[in-house]
Amino acid sequence: MKRIPTSFLLNSLMVMLFLYLPVVILIGMSFNASTMGIAWKGFTVQWYQKLVMDPSILDATLNSVFIACVSTGLALILGVGTAIGLEKSQGMQMPLVNMVMVLPLVIPEILLGVALLMVFVLCRIPLGFGTIIIGHMVFNLPLTVVIVRARLRKLDPAWEDAARDLGATPWNVLTRITLPMLRPAIWGAALLGFTVSLDDFVVTFFVAGPGSTTLPLKVFSMIKTGITPEINALSAVMVVVSMICVGLSWLFQQRSTVGSSESTLS
Amino acid sequence: MNESVVLDGVVKTHGPIVAVDHVSLSIQSGEFFSILGPSGSGKTTVLRLIAGLDRPDQGEIVIQQRIVTSDSPHERPVNMVFQHYALFPHMSVFDNVAFGLKMRGERPSNIQKAVGHMLALVRLQGKEKRLPGQLSGGEQQRVALARALVNRPVVLLLDEPLAALDQQLRQEMQGELKRLQREVKATFICVTHQQDEALMLSDRVAVMHGGKLLQVGTPQEIYEQPVSSTVARFIGLSNLLSGTITRFEDGLCWVEHEGLSPVVVKCPPQGPSQGAVTVMIRPERLHVSAEVSVNGYDNTLPAVVNQCVFNGNEVLYHVRLRNEAIWMARVPITEAQGCPLTVGQPVFLQWSAHEGLALPTHPAPL
Amino acid sequence: MSSAFPVKLSLLSAGIFLGLFFLVPLLLIFGVSLASRGMYGGLAWIATSENYQRLLDPLVGTIFLRSFLFAGLTTMVCAAVGFPLAYCMARASRQWQLLLLILVMIPFWTNFLVRTYAWVLIFRADGILNTLLMRLGLLEEPLSMLFTDVSVFVGLVYGYLPFMVLPLVVAIERISPQLEEAAFDLYASMGAMFRHVLLPLSKPGFIAGGVLVFIPSLGAFITPYLLGGGQKMMLGTLIQQEFLVSRDWPFGSALSFGLMGTVLLLWFLLGRTSYGRDSS
Repeated sequence: MKRIPTSFLLNSLMVMLFLYLPVVILIGMSFNASTMGIAWKGFTVQWYQKLVMDPSILDATLNSVFIACVSTGLALILGVGTAIGLEKSQGMQMPLVNMVMVLPLVIPEILLGVALLMVFVLCRIPLGFGTIIIGHMVFNLPLTVVIVRARLRKLDPAWEDAARDLGATPWNVLTRITLPMLRPAIWGAALLGFTVSLDDFVVTFFVAGPGSTTLPLKVFSMIKTGITPEINALSAVMVVVSMICVGLSWLFQQRSTVGSSESTLS
Repeated sequence: MNESVVLDGVVKTHGPIVAVDHVSLSIQSGEFFSILGPSGSGKTTVLRLIAGLDRPDQGEIVIQQRIVTSDSPHERPVNMVFQHYALFPHMSVFDNVAFGLKMRGERPSNIQKAVGHMLALVRLQGKEKRLPGQLSGGEQQRVALARALVNRPVVLLLDEPLAALDQQLRQEMQGELKRLQREVKATFICVTHQQDEALMLSDRVAVMHGGKLLQVGTPQEIYEQPVSSTVARFIGLSNLLSGTITRFEDGLCWVEHEGLSPVVVKCPPQGPSQGAVTVMIRPERLHVSAEVSVNGYDNTLPAVVNQCVFNGNEVLYHVRLRNEAIWMARVPITEAQGCPLTVGQPVFLQWSAHEGLALPTHPAPL
Repeated sequence: MSSAFPVKLSLLSAGIFLGLFFLVPLLLIFGVSLASRGMYGGLAWIATSENYQRLLDPLVGTIFLRSFLFAGLTTMVCAAVGFPLAYCMARASRQWQLLLLILVMIPFWTNFLVRTYAWVLIFRADGILNTLLMRLGLLEEPLSMLFTDVSVFVGLVYGYLPFMVLPLVVAIERISPQLEEAAFDLYASMGAMFRHVLLPLSKPGFIAGGVLVFIPSLGAFITPYLLGGGQKMMLGTLIQQEFLVSRDWPFGSALSFGLMGTVLLLWFLLGRTSYGRDSS
């Protein structure tokens, strides 16, 4: 790093500490034997043991994983094709379509939550797994589309031309050229979508019904009843799991796109 | 000889831009045909129209006596080598070359044999399992050639095939392209903006500019008898002078210019015989000397040496005419002497009538 | 160019899906905001502007004002704190850049609820900060830091800082380092170079990052709920309360529509800058 002012480097270091210290404290506290306060009373894994023994937490975990799998899977099935379709038709200017495609990612989540709640209640759709999955798909689908489109833009259109010139039908172009080249982006989108769905609190909070409690909802209700070491343990697990998923997703998206950071930034 | 590819009044627009403007062209079977033009002249679009990657708005395209205007790329006996090769990055060299055959549903044993043979032809044996990213530029070029030629196309289309290679590799690949063409006996249509490449490789050259075809002919015809000053400017160096014809006789015409004495140059039979013309003389046809020589030059123009550029085996003089125009004259070096004529020295430019050419200032389109 | 059939099918279904579960719900917010409250928290489809008149209530006004103030302040602090980091990232070597990017990306996507909860542990009366300050002798008594303006504000900056950094990195990367060298060559000091070259050219990044921080801060729910409690209400917590506690959908919808209008206006303004156009 040449010619970067020292004050900038120091500032960056502070920002990194600011971003990570709370998470480190959280993880540290989850191993603290003390039941009250932050005074260190020795190392323990008993809070993790308690978590494993708690059937309601196991239930919430299964619910969360189920919802994340289904909503991510459906979003992928629709999203990959949509991304390809939108890039193909880029000749026509479709600012409205493009805007609707990213809007779910940028409006405050609470708007999505209350709006979906009203639709479901007015249409008498019972709140539960179905409504949560729909809610998660509303942001997972655009997420997939954005990631896959970013990758598509980097693909040389000459590849598809070459395939057509060598006798490939549209179907062959899709299955043998486009999809294989999109594979890293698709894996990246899948992992990120899975994480976001697993972590989502706000939308789920509004459209969940009885019996469909997810992990974030469980954590929230535990925080409301009082702060206990189990919450720290559960939170630590969730943060670590989602960090791993995000890291993996990012690696997938970076693969074979050396020299550009924009795929993940835009 | 029969016609391999015929374009008849082909028009292609991209929005408001007319990329290809009423182009008619016929290319003979087995020919090495180049389309030469600056970027944006529509030459690549012509190639894509022949390949079927784009559809013309007007006109017909005939390949091997069959109208293919509305056929898909895979229905045409044509393959293409793309500008940056467009090798599939996720497939091995073998799979890239085998792709077209697989798409046609060839038997695996045949594919194995054909790909092996083709890789031998482009001298890439032993690299079947490599990925395109692991190959050098020259090797990628050979894979692209093999991938197209393995399908035994009647016509091979090459889009700037040598543009991405360095100078030495480029010369090597030029020979390689000629050799491949002899072996596979296909028609090669090559698009390039490098005039030396087009002149060296081709049996015939077409010059395109602004979507229009300006001239079609052998490299020699294009160089010696350009139909217009645009073509003359694009191929090699040329000295141009606009004026008016005052006399026309036996294929020669006398041209008057403002501020200069009249000159006499060739007037080709299909060229202009009166009115405004542009006179062209190639720099190597000019004789430059400090004194007027008497032996048989028809034209003599006084000038002043403006600059002398030493090129190793020749000297290129930039001289200023009386009307302030800058001309160039190429003089081969005979003695170990850099620039015999010094800057600022008055000189005389001389040439015989048949070395110069009168070109129409406003040429009729082809 | 013809696409394969599955492409067309997914394009169509995605369109229908987002139409039904994104556009229709957003329109419904507007519809309900004009309706009246029925018996027992139900809806009565009687048109009224009463819900919008209630937005003028001083109590509601305070919350609106606080939300805008917090969101604006958060955006400014994020820009000030984020720029040096973004500059380091943009000008770092390839490996460093990848590492820093992933370090900033990870909190961007990890569990927001849990990350905010971590600040509860820090700000509580018997939390890390109070204990630390008392050990150092700077405090006699634990200070109540949770449920204050400060705790909400810190939580917002913490939550949305990556949204500012990432667009800034993109913007700075597009500025050729040669421009900086040219400025130095023309006798600019480090400070002058930043003021006259780097900051003006980073404007697209500031605009994009600003919108990306301002919008979610304005509608934040988790942060004011966990770190602000009932005392420091923001728009998000008020909307949640109207929908789930008071069960006043029409008024909640009017609040939501106010928020949505602000967001769409900002998004529209962003779309008119060149940055918004080419990075959609």
